Amino acid sequence: MDILNALVVFLNFVFIPAAAYGAQLALGALGVTLIYGILRFSNFAHGDTMAIGTAIVILLTWGLQAIGITAGPLPTALIALPLGIALTALLVLGTDRAVYRFYRRQKAAPIILVMASVGVMFVMNGLTRLLIGVDEYRFDDGERFIIDVRSFREMTGLPEGLALRSTQALTLVVAVLVVIALFWFLNRTKSGKAMRAYSDNEDLALLSGIDPERVVRLTWIIAAGLATIAGTLYGLDKSFKAFNYFQILLPIFAAAIVGGLGNPVGAIAGGFLVAFSEVAVTYPWIKIVGYVAPWYEPGGLMQLLGTEYKFAVSFVILIVVLLFRPTGLFRGRSV
Amino acid sequence: MATNRQATTSHSRWRALILFAVLAILFVLEGTVRNAMFSGSWNTSLAILNMGLLSAITALGVNMQWGYAGLFNVGVVGFLAMGALAPVLVSLPPVEGAWSAGGTRLMGALLVGLGTLALAKLAWTRTRSGIATTIVLIAGFVAYRWLFDPAVTAIEANNPARHGNIGGLGLPVLLSWIVGGAFAAVAAWGIGKVALGLRSDYLAIATLGIGEIIVAVLKNEDWLARGVKNITSIPRPVAAEIDLQNNPEFVDFAARWGFGAAEASGIWVKLSYMSLFLVVLLVIILLAELALNSPWGRMMRAIRDNETAAEAMGKDVTRRHLQVFILGSAVIGVAGAMMVTLDGLLAPTSYNPLRYTFLIWVMVIVGGSGNNWGAVLGAVTIWFLWIKAEVWGPALIALLTGPLPDSAVKAHLLDSAPHMRFIAMGLVLLLVLRFAPRGLLPER
Repeated sequence: MDILNALVVFLNFVFIPAAAYGAQLALGALGVTLIYGILRFSNFAHGDTMAIGTAIVILLTWGLQAIGITAGPLPTALIALPLGIALTALLVLGTDRAVYRFYRRQKAAPIILVMASVGVMFVMNGLTRLLIGVDEYRFDDGERFIIDVRSFREMTGLPEGLALRSTQALTLVVAVLVVIALFWFLNRTKSGKAMRAYSDNEDLALLSGIDPERVVRLTWIIAAGLATIAGTLYGLDKSFKAFNYFQILLPIFAAAIVGGLGNPVGAIAGGFLVAFSEVAVTYPWIKIVGYVAPWYEPGGLMQLLGTEYKFAVSFVILIVVLLFRPTGLFRGRSV
Repeated sequence: MATNRQATTSHSRWRALILFAVLAILFVLEGTVRNAMFSGSWNTSLAILNMGLLSAITALGVNMQWGYAGLFNVGVVGFLAMGALAPVLVSLPPVEGAWSAGGTRLMGALLVGLGTLALAKLAWTRTRSGIATTIVLIAGFVAYRWLFDPAVTAIEANNPARHGNIGGLGLPVLLSWIVGGAFAAVAAWGIGKVALGLRSDYLAIATLGIGEIIVAVLKNEDWLARGVKNITSIPRPVAAEIDLQNNPEFVDFAARWGFGAAEASGIWVKLSYMSLFLVVLLVIILLAELALNSPWGRMMRAIRDNETAAEAMGKDVTRRHLQVFILGSAVIGVAGAMMVTLDGLLAPTSYNPLRYTFLIWVMVIVGGSGNNWGAVLGAVTIWFLWIKAEVWGPALIALLTGPLPDSAVKAHLLDSAPHMRFIAMGLVLLLVLRFAPRGLLPER
């Protein structure tokens, strides 16, 4: 039995990738859940908001690189991120003005807003294709690894290597900072409290003199920021391809619903739950079993599901939650 | 859906006729006039029309769910793909050796899988014990994989270059259209059971998921339909072009009309498909209209317009929703089976949600939700525009950018003209939803 090597393999192939992916999902799900809490509909355009935000960041990154500005060991995209967020927020505020505000005033059924968000998704998808195309782009520059496999092996003398890519570490650090900032904002500032009040009880919030349009604007700006950050981190970690951002919509929704729609803490927990289940179910455990129980010879790869079915994992989680606890683990808004 | 549904005036009948006439003229122009805008080929025109008719059947299914019951199905692509399986499994000739390689074991695995789910449900309802249910599920999963994996390996190893799949039953392809509807209905039952009765958004999200998963299954389960290696040579319900060209009677017949044999055979085949599709379309519309004007239809509309009131009148809203969701999905499944029959090819990679889910939605909303003829009109119109936008889009951009000097920006704009289609369709959806929520042909 070789616990140490098994642990290294586990960290390298399961824990670190799942943690980074979980952080990206959590940021995405936070955006969805905030919009749901304030505007009361599931925003199908969120994936494509992430895509277009990332596309803007990539274009800015290229611009910065062209004039010779880089962030040294960090990806240049970090410098481009604030401006990217600002531009995405402007775009999203524009869509609210042009599309959603009308239905909000009309007090349309939520499903109409969902449908409008599908239209917005279509347009944003087209804009992203127009802006950057459908190809796959890698835009991570700077230092690639914090720990690479070879230096880890030399350091520890273990046969198994461990790699920590700088984008993975960066994802976690940025996610933690963003979440701290968001919760500070929601719990400590006047605007944040107004947002929570509006989410809890719209009529009461209106009676206490909260300006609903201001709350909605703030929500969109925060959601755009979260979407751009989540999208950029996802793109840095894997690569940017417009269609992937449409597909990530399902895990994000699953994360938001598992945590309870409208509940920010739940969105974070849901993001990590979905990510860890997805990686754990699609990872071939044969190597780890080989270290832990060398006497056992399983016939296959010890993989519960092929990686092609990773979306099935979020779907099953979604179904189980809908069956047994439709309000989510953390008691989100009622059914 | 508009909230106010006044009784429409009598000119709406004329309006429908005029709009359909305009559409017909467009197709005739496409068939006869050859210029920058139209191809002037009857083959192209009929090909667009055939696919438009299939889109119309799909749109009818979506319209049942949305127009009758207000259910938002975002997994149309999955139900189409589910239906597409039927021609492969029903009408393809049996694959030699596949069944003996692992057919029985595979059936056993699928039965164990279903049995496990049923048993888990039983365990949960009887004992309410999460542990017992989990044990049933884990034991069932292990048994399932123990049966399933060797069977699949054996089937896929059977002549992998040509087959490697389980093969079909060799039954007529027209029968598979009905089976396709049944396949989609089963999938819809499963998903509707879980997601209906909760918030309206949840059905949308759950169908989004099932859509992606069905397509993933089609792509990756080689034993089922050869995955991304595609199934070609699906039997045709109509004559083949090459047989017609070799038939002297047909060549004479074509010559009398002034067509060459090659062109005429293409037109003949497309017309045959068109008649088949029209029959199915009209039967579905007839049934849908009868249902809509029956007490059942009135109940459905009552539920859609005011769920609370209908519930207070003793209507089981969730059950009715499940019913109409299954019916609509079955129609979508029939369309999926027909699409594969028309193409003679099952290519799982072509099932793109933007094209098969959201474009259908644009068709339904533009046509007029709740109106079956509206769905047909919207489907054929939008499909025509979608195809023609491929030609018109670049031409339009070339015209607009004409005065600009040649530059990288201009080249980029010209290159990205195809993507304009998505923006245009999204804008059409948003504009119709806002300014004409009742669509081209409003509900009566």
